[in-house]
Amino acid sequence: MNPLALLGVLSSAVFSGTSLLYTTLGEIVGERSGIVNLGLEGVLLVSASAGFSVTYLTGNPYLGVLTAVIAGGLMNMILAYLVVSRQANQLASGLALMFFGFGLSAWIGREFVGAKIVGLPRLAVPGLYRLPQLYASLLRFDLLIYLAVPVALLIGWLLFRTRWGLGLRAVGESPDTAYASGRNPRLIRYQALWLGGMLAGAGAAHLSIAYAMNWTEYMTAGRGFIAIALAIFAKWHPVRAVAGALLFSAAVAFQLLLQSSGVQVSPFLLNTIPYVLTLVVLIAWGGRRRVAAPASLGRVYQGAE
Amino acid sequence: MSNPPDRRRAGSAWAGLARIVLRYGAMTLLALLLFGVILLISGKDPLQSYRDIFVSTLGSTYGFSEVVVAMTPLLLTALAVALPSRIGLINIGGEGQLYMGACAATWVALTFGSLPGWILLPIMVLAGMLGGAAWAWIPGMLRARGIVNETISTLLLNSVAPMIVSFFVFGYWHSPMDTNKTPNFSPSARLPTLFDTRVDLGLVLGLGLLVLFWFVMRFTRWGLEMRTLGGNPQAARLNGIPTRRYIIGVMCLAGAVAGLAGMAQVSGYYGVLLANFSRGIGFMGFLVSWLAGGSPMGIVVTSFIVAIILTGGNLLQLTRDLPYSMVNILLAMTLFVVLARPSFIRKRNAS
Repeated sequence: MNPLALLGVLSSAVFSGTSLLYTTLGEIVGERSGIVNLGLEGVLLVSASAGFSVTYLTGNPYLGVLTAVIAGGLMNMILAYLVVSRQANQLASGLALMFFGFGLSAWIGREFVGAKIVGLPRLAVPGLYRLPQLYASLLRFDLLIYLAVPVALLIGWLLFRTRWGLGLRAVGESPDTAYASGRNPRLIRYQALWLGGMLAGAGAAHLSIAYAMNWTEYMTAGRGFIAIALAIFAKWHPVRAVAGALLFSAAVAFQLLLQSSGVQVSPFLLNTIPYVLTLVVLIAWGGRRRVAAPASLGRVYQGAE
Repeated sequence: MSNPPDRRRAGSAWAGLARIVLRYGAMTLLALLLFGVILLISGKDPLQSYRDIFVSTLGSTYGFSEVVVAMTPLLLTALAVALPSRIGLINIGGEGQLYMGACAATWVALTFGSLPGWILLPIMVLAGMLGGAAWAWIPGMLRARGIVNETISTLLLNSVAPMIVSFFVFGYWHSPMDTNKTPNFSPSARLPTLFDTRVDLGLVLGLGLLVLFWFVMRFTRWGLEMRTLGGNPQAARLNGIPTRRYIIGVMCLAGAVAGLAGMAQVSGYYGVLLANFSRGIGFMGFLVSWLAGGSPMGIVVTSFIVAIILTGGNLLQLTRDLPYSMVNILLAMTLFVVLARPSFIRKRNAS
């Protein structure tokens, strides 16, 4: 296998994995505060369609990214209102949000199917011009890709090195205890979902504005669910999510390479890797307490009054 | 959202039902109001749209039969959620189990398509149920041994099953003309339809199983033991109820029911296995069961309402030139309203 092909795999893995990474980070933030967002798929679709249509209408991809990010946050606010303020069942609320996203994104994007946009510009890293043209072109990424790992580190720092993160994780483990120590579980969960939605929105923006550069209904094709699996796979840690996202997308990118060298592996079986691997990891952990999910994940916080 | 108590006076059951219908009626109205805003923004007349939706679904025998067609798989996938919920298990895996049931039934239909219907169909039903049951056995077994929570494992397996179906369809089963679907099933592999409509035998199976579910839960030892297990697992264990066997068995049964829904979809509704045919029927089943609080009668009513919304969506697409998927907004609005339970329609003696 020549290095160029390997670089190609890596480059395409980075491209397809970026949206996954942002989305996973968003799910991790939410789940760390105790809220599982099954509606992620719908959030992604709405962000992707909103970002795409704004990019098309204004011709400015950065404005599109901003729109997608805000749209993601707003979608999560619906979930936050239902599960935090109205104390609704998280799973049912998440699935309802998913269907809402299916419909809303189809509505937003209905006039933009097949539209062409100027995607997020790719920026060369200074210094890389010395490489041969072919290599350099494989290493030209867009802003969202360059920011992906720093954002993951930032989220890691926020969750594990700040007072706010400590409070968020405390709420995720035991809202009552967090309340007793002077935190406001409801407010923190709203904040976590807002941040998580914005991150998912960034992922969706990368998908529709930088990677696919078009809009079709259901274009996310299960990425929301992969992100939910990946959040578990990464043991709810942002930095491990980077490795996970790269691993999962490399597996799919690798398939292209295999195909070109004559080895036939069904893409559908390769697409099951994220889910199967996560299940295998869960089995390997065997329900041990040390690696368990945030303790209050999925539970309704009734309030302390 | 509590399950109905076990003992209830005969008269109050109907009163309770009336109250539920009234409550959901008011909520649906609010949802229609919200969705109307979106129709208005799209430049459509909401009142006219709703009138058309109503006329096209409940206004004619054909429309009504189409609603029943859309309702059929929901009955089964909702039951696949309601059954495990009685022993405290959360099965979000209906979608995946449905796909595996469809997959297994299709294999039978394609392999033994020349057999006469009276022998082929029972084998297909059995295969569909086995396919779904096998898929649900994995989470059941993992849960019974305390290894993986069934909520997570069913969710993960949901995404795997459609890929397996696609693997077979694209790789081996596709018809010469298409890549994403099998050849049409032979007539003997089609579930018979009723009264010259598209309503098929799946409806009878669904309603029959719901009655059976109600009967078993209420009048048999299994039902009693399951209710004990759901109410107080520790007491159940101390009383010698085989917890593990129940967890695995009930999950397999739930998978079998969802698998049957998949079989009915490919054998009755489509007559062909299409990759990614479901688009969330399993998830809708979860929502239906949740809205109905797992009660059989509630499942029938809720499925019917959801089916009206889904069928009405065709109209939006045909005469209002809006994407079909927009019907999901109306569905979600209804769900949001129910989930948020606004105070003016909340039950007075809320539990």
